[in-house]
Order: sequence, then structure tokens, then C-alpha cells
Amino acid sequence: MSDHKARILVVDDEEIVRESLAGWLAKDGYSVGTAADGPAALEALRAEGWPILVVDLKMPGMDGLEVLERVKADRPETTVVLMTAYATVDTAVKAMKHGAYDYLIKPFDPEELSLMMAKIAEQQSVLRENALLRRALKREYRFRDLVTRSRGMQSVFDLARTAARTSSTILIFGESGTGKEVLARAIHAESGRRGPFVAVSCAALTETLLESELFGYEKGAFTGAGARTRGKFEAADRGTLFLDEIGDVSPKLQMDLLRVLEERRFCRVGGTDPIAVDVRVVAATNRNLREAVREGRFREDLYYRLNVIPITLPPLRERKEDIPLLVDHLLEVLGSEMGRRLEGVSAAAMTRITAHDWPGNVRELRNVLERAAVVSSGPILQPGDLGLDAEPGPVPGAAASLEDVERHHIAAVLDSASGNVSRAARILDIDRVTLYHKIAKYGLRRDRTAEAEPMKK
Amino acid sequence: MEIAVTWIGESPEPDGLLRATATHLQRALGASAAVVPAAGRPSGALDPRRRQHSSTAILRWLQARVEAAGKVVAVTDADLFIPVLTFVYGEAQLGGPAAVVSIARLRDARAAALTASRLAKEAVHEAGHLFGLVHCGEERCAMRRSASVHDVDVKGGLLCAGCRLRLDEARAAGGATEEAT
Repeated sequence: MSDHKARILVVDDEEIVRESLAGWLAKDGYSVGTAADGPAALEALRAEGWPILVVDLKMPGMDGLEVLERVKADRPETTVVLMTAYATVDTAVKAMKHGAYDYLIKPFDPEELSLMMAKIAEQQSVLRENALLRRALKREYRFRDLVTRSRGMQSVFDLARTAARTSSTILIFGESGTGKEVLARAIHAESGRRGPFVAVSCAALTETLLESELFGYEKGAFTGAGARTRGKFEAADRGTLFLDEIGDVSPKLQMDLLRVLEERRFCRVGGTDPIAVDVRVVAATNRNLREAVREGRFREDLYYRLNVIPITLPPLRERKEDIPLLVDHLLEVLGSEMGRRLEGVSAAAMTRITAHDWPGNVRELRNVLERAAVVSSGPILQPGDLGLDAEPGPVPGAAASLEDVERHHIAAVLDSASGNVSRAARILDIDRVTLYHKIAKYGLRRDRTAEAEPMKK
Repeated sequence: MEIAVTWIGESPEPDGLLRATATHLQRALGASAAVVPAAGRPSGALDPRRRQHSSTAILRWLQARVEAAGKVVAVTDADLFIPVLTFVYGEAQLGGPAAVVSIARLRDARAAALTASRLAKEAVHEAGHLFGLVHCGEERCAMRRSASVHDVDVKGGLLCAGCRLRLDEARAAGGATEEAT
């Protein structure tokens, strides 16, 4: 009653039905919206995310069954109740098969409607609780701003957590975009060191610039050195200095760095007084440093001095099971940065995301999601918003199995139909049930589909 | 006068029924209420197939005739429905000006007093909606939803403390708006 605030969208082409039904539900304490046809309902759902829909079966243009199907494809957690004046066993069966919660034959008893809505509202609140629990569980999968459920990454987190509490030097290996700096920041945050986190990209500066950037300089040390300036080592005193792309440092600086790491003291450029600092160094590289050592491009002694605690971040393609979790996490971050509600990606968009190889790793994923959030009109991102090229399927005639070709073809057709199973089935010239079987067989949709099964006994 | 009570039934108004209703509304809601003659009878509300009157159509008719800032509770002997439901005892525009209550299903042939008491409860219920009140879970509260005559008989004719508080707040806010305009 008045204590539940569940939100219901009434979809009917007849104004008097919308007005009277919305009025009736509002008096039961629900927050109610209306839509005059299928497209308006889908738009309202995208923009406002209604958890419960009461939809008339017979509407001109897009009928109730199609609305149901499109809603279930994009937001399987939505509860849809269909209403109709003409009940046939056939349509009722179809409705239930497509995931309708129930089927109301007009006119229905006031009590029946109120009880059904109360029951749905209660189930929705259980779903909300589950979502909260899932979020709590997600915290278990976190190390500061990093999230994972892959076993490999969990052990990376464990190592990083333990290492954070020491002052030993850490060397992070990983491809571009795997989150080396994010991990370094997490280690600093976890370390309890009271000084700042200072990051330097060693590849971005020339040797002399990097030298004065790291160690600072005395007045008159070189042309233009107008005043004594502190370097990053001093700035990071009692904190953490993150040296990114350490593999790109010149031989001279490699020696200077080795000295600081050994003696914990250094002189500013042009200075003679040694300055002692308490700095924890975290270095990172996307290169194979061992090979660089073998080839004589990187000092072996510096390599061992840095490589006290090595941590390797796997590329995203090796931890694809993390993608849904990362998408959730990144959308949460992007949503708060952009000041808008981002609820997730559609099943079809998730299929596209998991199929991608992500050479640019998590950074690329974040960029793609950010772009999608900018171009998307609703809180659920669609495949078209992502701007990813269609998944490259096997070349016709190539040595691919029939199953591979079928999987890629179905994925491509589903994408072109924006995840609309009905439309995809028509294009493929097979019935929907067969298509559902194939979608399940090839794992083309998120495992949420399981939750979308009709909850009715 | 905040609430006008008016008869829009087909047969003549049962003796004193509306006066009793107005008196009860005044007592239950603390709002001034009086019986006024109807400005005609709503046409076009009858659905010949269902042989019932559309309460939503009646509300539209009433809304066009209600005085500015006033509220009207119309009483009828016609059986009412909204398109998706088999019947309703009444309907009101939530936070709006017009409400209608039917005695068709509330009437007790042997005891006129029982009919009057049921009507009074449902009139308070619909008038409560006009002041923005929604359904209430309290067993005795007039804002409890009734699916049967038995439900109507079980509940009381007054508001529970919570609904009373919400009503006072709504009336204070409404009064403030009126003064401001």
C-alpha cells in the first residue's frame, strides 16, 4: 500500500484505459507512468528504467507480445504483465513462453489486480536486495579501484596487498592499458605511507629533462635554471614514486636510479649536497626487461634492484570472465563522473563486448564505454553505441567448423537486429524457439537470461 | 465550502442520504461540506454492452463543471466500472477536484441506515483521494481499499492517525497555495 513505492508503466493505446488504470494503481501507492504505444514504452523504459510494465496485448503497430519480447531481450529483469480482452489459449501460451509474468483478461477483478501488483512489488524488492548483495559481493572482488573475479587476478591482488605493507620496491609488468598505474595507486593507498603518490612517465621526457624532473636542480645548474627546484624524488618523500615505462630510461639515468635505490639519497642536478629521502618506488613496464638485460639495453643490477617484488597484470583477453564485472564497475565510475544514471549494457551489447579482443585492455574498454555513454540516449547501452566493428567472423571458405560459422552468423544477425530475437529469427528463417536454443548453445547472451524465465508456477 | 456533495443518479435521491453524507465528510475530514443540486446528469458514460457507467467518463464530466478550487463528491445509483476492472465502488482524481461514488453495490434493501453508513465510508475514501491520500493498510481506516461490501462493513468511517496527519499537511499546503495565488 502506501509504504511501497514500486514503479509501474501502463502501456495501452486507449487513453481512458491508461488514465483509469494509472489512477487506480496510483491510489495503491505506486508511482505510475503511461505510454500510448510500444515504441513510446520502449523509449520510456530506456530513459527511465521502469521495473514493472502492464501492457495491452492488442495495439496498432507494435503489439504487446513484441513489446514483451523486446523488453525481455534488453532488460530481462523487467516484470511484464499482459492484458487482453480476447483471451485465446494460444496467445496466453505465447505470452508466458516469452517471459510474461502473468496474463490478465479484461475486465478483471479490482482485488486480483491489487494482489498481483503487491506480489510483483514484493518480488521486485527481493530482486533489489539481491542486487545489493551482489554489490556487497563485488566489494570482495575489489582491491581499491581494481575489480576482478578471475583467480589469476585475485592472487595478484593478494600479492599487492601484502607487498603494499612493506617498503620494498615493486616492479609491475603488463601491456598498455592493463592498469599498472591504477595498481600502483592502490598499493600506495593500501601502504599507509603518509606522503603523496607521485607519477612520472619515463618515456615522455628526454634524458636531461627526466633527470631534472626526477632529482630537481640547483639555481644556475643549466641555462634557464633560475631557482632551486625540487624533483619528484623529493616531492614523493614519505610517499610513493611511480616510475612508468622504466624500460625506456637511458643508460646514464639507469645508473643514477640504481644509486638512489641503493643509497636512498641523491644530489640535485648541479648540486653537491646529498639529499636523503624516504621513498617507496613502484616501477612499471610493458617491455620484456629480462630480454633488454640480455641484449645489454638495461642494467642487470638495476633490474634486480627493481625486481624485488614482481607483479604481472594479465591482459584483458586472458581474463574475459572479468568483463561483465568491469563493465559494471566502469559504468558506475563513468556515471558518477558524467553525473548521469548508467544502468548497464544490453545483452546484445555484452555479446559484442565479450567477443572483442581488447588489444588496448581495460583502458580501451573504459574508452569504448565512455563513448557509448556519451552517444547513448538511455541508461542501458546498446550495441550501436559502442562503435566497435562487427565481430570478424571466419572468412567464407576458410578452415572453420560449421558450428563456428553458425555461431558468428547468428551473433552478426542478432546484432543487426539490435538483439531482437523475433526479427533475427525471421532473417535466419528459423523459428524463435530454435533460435533461443542456439543462443543458449553458443552462449551468445549473458547468463541473466536464466533469470528471465517466467517466474509463474 | 470545500466539498460539494451532489446527486447525479437516475432515480430521485433517497431521502436525506446526501445530507448525512455531507455531515459525515465534515466530521471525518474536518473540511466544510454541503449538498448542492447537480448541474444536470452526465451523458455518454453508459457502456451498453457492460450495462455499467464509466466512472472515468463521469469524472471528466464533473471536472468540467466543478467550481474553481472546489472539490465535488458526486453520488449515483448507477453501477460503475473502469475499463479494465469488473466494477468499482467509486473513483476519484488523485489530488484533483472530482470524485464519484455509487450506491449500486452498497445498497442494503432492508436497512437504509446501513446503506448510508457504507456510502459515508466510501465518500470519505474517495474524498481522501481528492486530498492526495493513497490506500492505507490500517484495518479500520476509511482509506483501506475495499474489494467487497464485507470489506466496507469491516472498516471504519474515519481516517487513521497517519492518514489524518497527511490530510492536514495536504490541506495546509493547499491553503498556502491558494493564499499565494
